[in-house]
Amino acid sequence: MVIHPDTEDAIGGIIRDAKAPLRIFGGGTRPIWQAGGEDLSTSALTGVTLHDPGALTLVAWAGTPVQEVEKTLAAHDQRLAFEPMDHRPLLGGTGEPTIGGVMAANVSGPRRVAVGAARDFCLGVRFVDGNGTVISNGGRVMKNVTGYDLVKLMCGSFGRLGVLTEVSLKVLPRPETTATLTIDGLSPAEAVAAMSAAFGTPFEVTGAAYVTGDQRARTCLRLEGFADSVTYRMGALSDALARFGSHHDILEAGDSTDVWTSIRDVHALASLPGDIWRLSVRPSHAPDLIARLPDGARYQLDWGGGLIWAVVSEGCDLRATLAPYNGHATRLRGSDAHIPTFEPEPEPLAALTDGLREKFDPRRLLNQREPQS
Amino acid sequence: MQMPTPNSLTLAKKDVLAARLREVMPADAVIDDPAETRAYECDGLSAYRCPPMLAVLPASTQEVSDVLRICHEMDVPVVPRGSGTSLAGGAMPTADSVILGVARLNAVLDTNYADRTITVQSGRTNLSVTGAVEQDGFFYAPDPSSQLACAIAGNIAMNSGGAHCLKYGVTTNNLLGVTMVLMDGTVVELGGGHLDAGGLDLLGVVCGSEGQLGVVTEATLRILHKPEGARPVLMGYDSNEVAGQVVSDIIKAGVLPVAIEFMDRPCIEACEAFAHAGYPMCEALLIVEVEGSDAEIDHQLNLIKQIARRHNPVELREAKDADEAGRIWLGRKSAFGAMGQINDYMCLDGTIPVSELPYVLRRISEIGKDYGLGVANVFHAGDGNMHPLILYNANTPGELEKCEAMGAEILKLCVEVGGCLTGEHGVGIEKRDLMMTQFKPVDLEAQMAVKDVFDPKWLLNPAKVFPLSSSESRRVA
Repeated sequence: MVIHPDTEDAIGGIIRDAKAPLRIFGGGTRPIWQAGGEDLSTSALTGVTLHDPGALTLVAWAGTPVQEVEKTLAAHDQRLAFEPMDHRPLLGGTGEPTIGGVMAANVSGPRRVAVGAARDFCLGVRFVDGNGTVISNGGRVMKNVTGYDLVKLMCGSFGRLGVLTEVSLKVLPRPETTATLTIDGLSPAEAVAAMSAAFGTPFEVTGAAYVTGDQRARTCLRLEGFADSVTYRMGALSDALARFGSHHDILEAGDSTDVWTSIRDVHALASLPGDIWRLSVRPSHAPDLIARLPDGARYQLDWGGGLIWAVVSEGCDLRATLAPYNGHATRLRGSDAHIPTFEPEPEPLAALTDGLREKFDPRRLLNQREPQS
Repeated sequence: MQMPTPNSLTLAKKDVLAARLREVMPADAVIDDPAETRAYECDGLSAYRCPPMLAVLPASTQEVSDVLRICHEMDVPVVPRGSGTSLAGGAMPTADSVILGVARLNAVLDTNYADRTITVQSGRTNLSVTGAVEQDGFFYAPDPSSQLACAIAGNIAMNSGGAHCLKYGVTTNNLLGVTMVLMDGTVVELGGGHLDAGGLDLLGVVCGSEGQLGVVTEATLRILHKPEGARPVLMGYDSNEVAGQVVSDIIKAGVLPVAIEFMDRPCIEACEAFAHAGYPMCEALLIVEVEGSDAEIDHQLNLIKQIARRHNPVELREAKDADEAGRIWLGRKSAFGAMGQINDYMCLDGTIPVSELPYVLRRISEIGKDYGLGVANVFHAGDGNMHPLILYNANTPGELEKCEAMGAEILKLCVEVGGCLTGEHGVGIEKRDLMMTQFKPVDLEAQMAVKDVFDPKWLLNPAKVFPLSSSESRRVA
């Protein structure tokens, strides 16, 4: 049975009275962190409570569907600039993604490389900690250094420090149009070099991905803005990258949007069998890393090479491959319980993480998972 | 400003401590002569001064670790200091503390254009980070007004902003990793050249923690390619309300200027007298800057000018060339100096929702009349970060206290309308005792719990950020 409290106070009460662990989620579309316990969903705690277009801010209860947030913003030609990915195609979920889930998992998309992640657009949070106490941090203004930034701590905490109940977000105008420069047939090393070169221009690239599939590998570079500006920059960018490949093409408006939805949600890998990994690295390390992936691995690069999506055979542990490089790996889908979901932390950081969990959830009720024996 | 009474037991350790520190550092890096420690008695909040017991200037992460380990063992408080430009008293010492200055840590360790990162030691100044990459067309975006002097360590401690945050974000949005030393001497690495955290976002909570969680010795920062060009437009209006509406309309129209600066009449008059920038004499002046190629700038400025004209500006002036752009910025950039010439002033830093701008400006003016003190406003309007400058005479007994009381009232107003006490300067000692107007005790308790984890003995910059009454039991323990 799933508990669906519809107020913050009700969540506080449930946690205060809890005798056993709780599995916290929003819409349940990102089963990345498989905790045990009784199911508690924030999906009944919904509603956009404030949208101030002139201040570029939106406040919503955590269970508000992402779709509803996006619809509210679209009515004023605004959007969530960090482009949260929809994990359903990749992980096979069926629920409705919530804005609280997006923040709890720090879910971003291709535009992260240019404008920032979910955590960079979260201005404030309210959450219920493991004692059942409602805590507020941050606010609804863009510049705020009043006290510690617990907003960042909560973003990406996967419900392990508290249950997010309300989030306040910075939003941005939706650009007039978009276009994508595609370059076919580059090697991974050439593609990363081309993407780095693109970011080394003043043309404000807002997406840089390398998709391999049944066809030739394709490098995609996105521009957004006013139509005349996009046309001008597209020409300039293509010229600046003339030394990379001989097949430059341009995808306009709708086609450009579609290709980035597909990149964002990793459609190219979604239907493949095997374990799904997400590696966050320095872009310049990506070509070497790809070369070390096991035979049969399939992959996609985003963030100019800084984000590697990989599908490998079941039970394959990519952390040994990553070890020589600075970065981290998350296994989003896989059956071998001995492989940790998140990158194990070195001792001093693990102690800090444990210390924070001890403070915020001393009874270890929230999204806890005991180490595998 | 109340500060904790110096601990006499700690003061008695001075000679032993100095001797132990000299075992791990060059002799000239440990400063114990009262004539020399006086140099560290205050930061940019110079109304409050107190020389530290000792000052140390480590030159490596290892030396920082040694200093902190020794102070931890001896239960001596440590106050980290970047360049000492804090306007909030973030680097102000207590008499029983050791100032740990990072000025000798100023090297560039790595620049990587392929990954768009630069790694520097934390004592390096903000402007010299850009200086290290600008010949190759890159820059480091956060640009606090003190950027010529302020250190990256202080920027990280205060999560500093600047004039161009509307487009580029503040320090936390441009910080990828740090090497940090915990109070017990443990060295930790948070983040690196990659874009997101593998576990809890500890880097996110360290940034803006005002030197209370650890001492950052190295930082990896995101660098960006410079835009093709930038150009400002200046517009004057005969009321603050109308100018506030223009700001809101520009943002709603989908143009994202890189900066929107706002000055009111007292500030315009002072700047004009000081810098002769040719500003129109009006109630409110906006400087809006956009970036791109010439054609892109023309397009964006045309949209902005259309919006501006709908509100009947008394002046609308676009820079035709670099010289005119310089003149438009001249007054704004000299605003603080100009105000300083005519008066002592206290600079506030509250942030408000942009939509509340007209109401808040009216209330600030009323509050000023109640207190009988003048106030000038110059601020980053695009993100609602206000900088009211309260004018007072430091030589008139009681006037500083009156000014502080008025400042507190304005900051409470910022919180009431949905904003916050400080947008980019930090809490330090200055706003410490106002924290209860913005936070409930449980909210502060949650923040202090984080410090408990990073610094269980509460030895790092302990008398800052939190009201002394809230932190007392921890500091004594």
